[in-house]
Amino acid sequence: MVKPTAIRFKDTQIELAHGSGGKASRRLVEGLIAPILGNPALDDAALLSLGSASLAFTADSFVVKPLRFPGGSIGELAVNGTVNDLAVSGARPVALLSTLILEAGLSVQVLQAELEALQQAAQRAGVQVVGGDTKVVEHGKADGLFISTSGIGLVDARVKLAAASVRPGDQVLLSGPIGDHGITILLARGELDLEASLESDTRSVWPLVEALIEAAAPGLRWMRDPTRGGVATALNELARDARLALKLYEERIPIRNEVRGACEILGLDPLHIANEGQFIAIVAPEYAEAALAAVQGVAGGREARLVGEVVETPAGVVYTVSGYGSSRVVDMLVGDPLPRIC
Amino acid sequence: MKYVDEFRDPKLIEKAAEEIRRLADPKRHYRIMEVCGGHTHSIYRFGLQDLLPENLELVHGPGCPVCVLPMGRVDDGLRLAQNPQVILTAFGDMMRVPGQMGTPLEMKARGVDIRMVYSPLDALKLAEKNPAREVVFFAIGFETTAPSTALTLLRAKKMGIPNFTVFSNHVNIIPAMRAILDSPDMRLDGFVGPGHVSTVIGCRPYEFVAREYSRPVVVSGFEPLDLLQSLVMLLRQLNEGRAEVENQYERVVPWDGNQAALAAMAEVFELRPFFEWRGLGFISQSALKLRPEYAPWDAEARFEVAGVRVTDPKAAQCGEVLKGVLKPPQCKLFGKECTPEKPVGALMVSSEGACAAYYNYVHRAELVSGD
Repeated sequence: MVKPTAIRFKDTQIELAHGSGGKASRRLVEGLIAPILGNPALDDAALLSLGSASLAFTADSFVVKPLRFPGGSIGELAVNGTVNDLAVSGARPVALLSTLILEAGLSVQVLQAELEALQQAAQRAGVQVVGGDTKVVEHGKADGLFISTSGIGLVDARVKLAAASVRPGDQVLLSGPIGDHGITILLARGELDLEASLESDTRSVWPLVEALIEAAAPGLRWMRDPTRGGVATALNELARDARLALKLYEERIPIRNEVRGACEILGLDPLHIANEGQFIAIVAPEYAEAALAAVQGVAGGREARLVGEVVETPAGVVYTVSGYGSSRVVDMLVGDPLPRIC
Repeated sequence: MKYVDEFRDPKLIEKAAEEIRRLADPKRHYRIMEVCGGHTHSIYRFGLQDLLPENLELVHGPGCPVCVLPMGRVDDGLRLAQNPQVILTAFGDMMRVPGQMGTPLEMKARGVDIRMVYSPLDALKLAEKNPAREVVFFAIGFETTAPSTALTLLRAKKMGIPNFTVFSNHVNIIPAMRAILDSPDMRLDGFVGPGHVSTVIGCRPYEFVAREYSRPVVVSGFEPLDLLQSLVMLLRQLNEGRAEVENQYERVVPWDGNQAALAAMAEVFELRPFFEWRGLGFISQSALKLRPEYAPWDAEARFEVAGVRVTDPKAAQCGEVLKGVLKPPQCKLFGKECTPEKPVGALMVSSEGACAAYYNYVHRAELVSGD
């Protein structure tokens, strides 16, 4: 895919913001990594044609802290994150490789629990872990356990996903409530004196995507899982690549009260908060209702909503409109979401 | 969500906006300053400007603690952090504020021990856990956050924690408002009074604005309906030729403030003879330092603090924006050299800052093509 504007990477050192999934991450990838690797089309998942088959190939690394959190753990994330990258490429996940980076001193009990979580998540997602690698680093050089997984999936032949095929009038489908994972992790770190009965949304979205493909494949234009950087960042990337605008109806965006409450208190925007088990799909208008019904008909998809539409102007911009007629631009995440004091 | 949704009800918001349009006399131009950065943020976040008539102009005030902090103080704090004994702690708001040496986040990436905390009490806990280190809390904020710093200092003294200090940059809102009212550029008709600050100081301290300057003040909450109702109250006063202090945020703000919080502040802090504000210059009796009895917990007394003065980048026009003379996009650097990701001026740093709020919520459409 040809990016509209070349980005120059002028930063002199790597900071946490370069990994936060927002603007700095994008600058790093497009301004430094992609030019050096000589491939402007670097993406979360690569599509490979092998004979008559089309494969999606992806990799992801997991460095979450704490390792276990309400609703999931690093082992489970390591599977779901990668199978979801495949799923949103329109590919049925087939096999995974997993690389474990273990810090000397890690309890074997913890490792065992995470391997079991990884195995169970793989079973649920219908993929097999077929290999991998294990390294041990000195104490203090890693945060207990890092897991990196790569995955391969078979792309459904009916699906052609690209930002360039998105058209004004297309509808934005969101698979469920946003921000659960990011806020759960923030609270699980125990640095905030806030409590909420929230769980991470980590799961494989393939069953939902599969139903979506069955119902609306010809009208399916683009998909993405809004992980770090949240819905705002994923949609900003689409708006920029497609040179179109995205109009979201604020009231239609599903957000749990606990997430809204935590965001209100911390001064964060739920649209910037990370998700793990959700996806956004852009669907041609004539398929939108069928697509929504299909996703809602699958277990875990009941809260899916059509939350907005693609419009022509202002090109490159994501904005929301409120129930009382005002609007605001929603930018990509800058750095990590930092709580405000006031 | 209870206590929030009620204040975001589209029907009530429409009704309030209609009332504002009805009250705004087409023969007049109303210039109203929201003093508090939290209000600026709400106005943009909820798109309230879209609902207002053209002759009602909202002017963004100096009430963002990060925005009014001069760069020299940031550098002083970062220099403290370079002492390997020191763990510098700060609120999230401070982490992206640029000093000459870079931002706290950049310094952290270079290995300097700077940690983000959510309250000064967390910094105190960190000191307890690290008895061999010196934990310094980079305190910022108006009367909103000063009481929590004060309570933390009371506790540090009571518990005799020796390795905890506060680098106080707390400022007072009233002298800043007076500086704006005395400015030769002053063209304001009234003020939306800060909500959070007023939960501490109450409404009484604003009475001088009405009495001496004949300008109305309405202390306001932060939800869309709060702000719109406050504007209705201000327009009514202006149309009737009244200048009074009114309290829209009665559900939270007591007229006489929070006596316990004020007492804690009085116990710990005293006024500095003068303090530099970014954009507003030196204002006397406008900031808080620790009383001599708290010298063992005062970073400025315990460590060498250079007290550097750094002039703002020449082209940045933060001062004019803070005083309401310029709108954010009228600054020469806005959206070009100065963006939320690489802020030059402080108003672009905190999401409370007028420029960042404007950039994030309104302006980007025009910039995207050249992003």
